[in-house]
Amino acid sequence: MFFQEAPPDTSAYMIAGYVIFFIISAIYLLSLVIRRRNLEADLKTLEAMQAESRPASARAAPASARKQVRKKVTRRK
Amino acid sequence: MQAKPAILKVLDVVSVLLLAAAAYLALVFAPTEAVMGQVQRVFYFHIGTAWTALMGFIVAGAAGIIYLAKRDEKWDIVEVAAVEISLVFFLITIVLGSIWARPVWNTWWTWDPRLTTAAVTELIYIAYFMLRQGIEDPNRRARFGAVYTIVGAISAPITFFAIRLFRTIHPVVIGASDSSAQGTFAMTGDMKVAFFFALFAFTVIFIDLLWNRILMGRLASRVEQLKLNLTS
Repeated sequence: MFFQEAPPDTSAYMIAGYVIFFIISAIYLLSLVIRRRNLEADLKTLEAMQAESRPASARAAPASARKQVRKKVTRRK
Repeated sequence: MQAKPAILKVLDVVSVLLLAAAAYLALVFAPTEAVMGQVQRVFYFHIGTAWTALMGFIVAGAAGIIYLAKRDEKWDIVEVAAVEISLVFFLITIVLGSIWARPVWNTWWTWDPRLTTAAVTELIYIAYFMLRQGIEDPNRRARFGAVYTIVGAISAPITFFAIRLFRTIHPVVIGASDSSAQGTFAMTGDMKVAFFFALFAFTVIFIDLLWNRILMGRLASRVEQLKLNLTS
């Protein structure tokens, strides 16, 4: 009994371990949130750009179609 | 835009609660180890994060095999998600192990078989992301990534069995330790409760993170596809 030693005080290492665990986890979670937010913003911008480029091509198609119709009409005459 | 499923939101909350409960069991409920003292409590999260990383590396390897068989992009997304989560959790495992080792082994690091294989595994998966960064074509990137994770997945079981196969200073908690191991201890009933609960909590956390990361991967894939459409 007299020779039984108390366990060494290693509390500082334990605290350091759990603090590091929560810091790394928080950084990772934050990176997930930020990356997701950035991707959503990118998606919005790209979808808007695609929508802008679509009417131009859509306008071009009827014009060419109109020409073909005109040609057909003149041939018939 | 993809809305987060309600079940995933519930899983997010459950994961946070499980993590808090696991921390309580590890820090308060489990008894203090007689020889090592308080630092032994690091063990519960050290094993929990290692378990998460191991699951991720195996899932990534399996996703790689399925991708090569089916050539479906969704398996590439699963593979990237699993590797990323494993990389983070394995880094935590190594750091926690190093912190535990300082008072127990009297050193932060030693080139022991378990520690060396763990460091090599971490480096292999860091290189995985470097490889992916260097390939622009999405199909080629996915194919190379799949092959890489299948080969890389071999390193995970080697790391796991290193303490059972080689003469090592690292203790084996479940099973018999090598005679040269330092820091070995026998788990009491309450320690086992904290230990198995931590494993369960980290399994749920892994599923939750993987699901979230897969959704983000799908979003990234859609953005990449739109960029390619607009530039071509």
